[in-house]
Amino acid sequence: MAHATQDTAIRTGRAVRMLIYLVLILFALFYMLPLYVMLVNSVKPLEEITGGGMMNLPQLWTLEPWAKAWSSAQIGVEPTGLSPYFWNSIKMVVPAVAISTILGALNGYVLTKWRFRGDTILFGLMLFACFIPFQIVLIPMARMLGLMGLAGTTWGLVLVHVVYGIGFTTLYFRNYYAVFPTELVRAAQIDGAGFFQIFWRILLPSSGPIAVVSIIWQFTNIWNDFLFGASFAGADSQPMTVALNNLVQASHGVKEYNVHFAGAILAALPTLLVYIVAGRYFVRGLMAGSVKG
Amino acid sequence: MGFLDIDNTTKSYGAVEVLHNVDISIEEGEFLVLVGPSGCGKSTLLNMIAGLEEISSGEIRIKDRVMNGVHPSKRNIAMVFQSYALYPNMTVGQNITFGLEMHGTPKPEREKAMKEVASLLQIEQLLDRKPGALSGGQRQRVAMGRALVRDPDVFLFDEPLSNLDAKLRVDMRTEIKKLHQKLGTTIVYVTHDQIEAMTLSTRIAVMNGGYVQQLGTPQDIYDTPANIFVATFMGSPAMNVVPARVAVENGKPMARVALHDGTETALPFSQGNMEGWDGKDILLGIRPETITDEDAADRKSSNIAHMTNRIVVTEPAGSDTFVTMTMGGKDVIARMRSDAEVHPGADFTFAVNMEKAVAFDPATEARIAP
Repeated sequence: MAHATQDTAIRTGRAVRMLIYLVLILFALFYMLPLYVMLVNSVKPLEEITGGGMMNLPQLWTLEPWAKAWSSAQIGVEPTGLSPYFWNSIKMVVPAVAISTILGALNGYVLTKWRFRGDTILFGLMLFACFIPFQIVLIPMARMLGLMGLAGTTWGLVLVHVVYGIGFTTLYFRNYYAVFPTELVRAAQIDGAGFFQIFWRILLPSSGPIAVVSIIWQFTNIWNDFLFGASFAGADSQPMTVALNNLVQASHGVKEYNVHFAGAILAALPTLLVYIVAGRYFVRGLMAGSVKG
Repeated sequence: MGFLDIDNTTKSYGAVEVLHNVDISIEEGEFLVLVGPSGCGKSTLLNMIAGLEEISSGEIRIKDRVMNGVHPSKRNIAMVFQSYALYPNMTVGQNITFGLEMHGTPKPEREKAMKEVASLLQIEQLLDRKPGALSGGQRQRVAMGRALVRDPDVFLFDEPLSNLDAKLRVDMRTEIKKLHQKLGTTIVYVTHDQIEAMTLSTRIAVMNGGYVQQLGTPQDIYDTPANIFVATFMGSPAMNVVPARVAVENGKPMARVALHDGTETALPFSQGNMEGWDGKDILLGIRPETITDEDAADRKSSNIAHMTNRIVVTEPAGSDTFVTMTMGGKDVIARMRSDAEVHPGADFTFAVNMEKAVAFDPATEARIAP
């Protein structure tokens, strides 16, 4: 594929160019403002915030609010900080992302390389999962979890998120594998590889970009989910989002804004990390199915 | 019983039959080429031999073992695909030995087999590279190496040269032929390129519309095509097919063909039984290289006819000059020596080697004679 050259850019005058950059910089600053407020206020003593200088840099820098949010803030009735809930989230997110991604990859593999009668209808039905609003399934899901003995457990949450995620992960992998050359599968068949050998040895090693897309998508969605966490989690399996809500919404005592800001950043940090580490593969993977070359 | 038997085999998708009662039998060491235009069913037939497509009815046997329903990996075949189908995540070496690994061959034997094949195909220096870092010709070699290493009963090639540029294609063609002569393997080769079919094969099956039109040696196919489809498909430029009328003059059957100005010339038939065709219309097939100038006419031929016709176009191609004229209302191409003195618009006396001419029935398009 030929590389685009600079010549294809629209020629603009110097003044126009300056104006464009200025506007872009202003937009960027505006967009960054909430992050700035959160960061700055999370390293201030509470008096400086209540004293009214929300936009000012701290006069006294302190990590006290971060420590408090992590390990000693009052969450509900216990002064545990957010840390146990952070681990609850991890215990829920990692298996849920792994299982839904692997199942999605297997589904995509079967739907494109082992076609059977009615496979497109089945795929269409699976896509439906992407359009079902969470609220609709709350009560039936609670009943199902109860019947399966998973109510109030981390594994119950894992199940819910896997079931909801399969629609998306299947969509990703199916579209990715649809353009994966079928001749490779046939060559492997003639070479004597079985169903799973073809999957592990041929398809999966070539699925890096789409696996990253699936992992980022699933990780952000499951980590940020509040509704299922609030509805189905027990006291010892509540995820980070629910705990953060309990921290911020506490109706008694002084509102410790600096601790709240620190807690909110802590809750957002893992998804931010995932984006920074794998983000550049994200667009590449999203494009992979649509544009060849 | 041959080495590979395709016995009254059909293939249908639902109610649509795409291959009709194919019967082909070849001996060990033969090079069978399935050739035909796209959609003729040649790749489907190859995939059925490979076991990648089910056989709807009939039998395919390799070494007298019925292959219907046998898994591709258990047929002892190897296949080279059009896109080469090299596993992109594995090195060349791993690509070559993957099949052996899947069949449970121990590692030292795999390594040994890989080395042998690599030196045979001169790809030793590529063994640690990934397919993405190879050129088209190198990928082609690796794909053949992957097939060779298994030492299969039958090699299947699915248009293996069509992704290469013109020059490389000719080189690889020779390479494949050398390999076949050296190893004496049994090969089934699919192509739409009639030159590949002619040069490589020991036998050709010309296919069209799901039927085998003709099965025979390259010479058979070229000299005595079974019908007009085979006649015009094989050979480049294609065989000239012109309307003619049979007239028996002095006990000898002649083909009367109209020239550019409507006058008729009589070309004597050489062999074959034209009885019962007196006065009837036929289609006369003449290969371009059998129409020449007097000096270049085949001296061994017992039947050179002459005709004077007007030249419409000349196309010098370096080694030959192609001359277009009108016969029976159709364009007819003659393949002349490059130094033949031909000029557009001029009349020229052509020598036609009627020994090589073929007559077809206009109704059935089947060959009448020779």
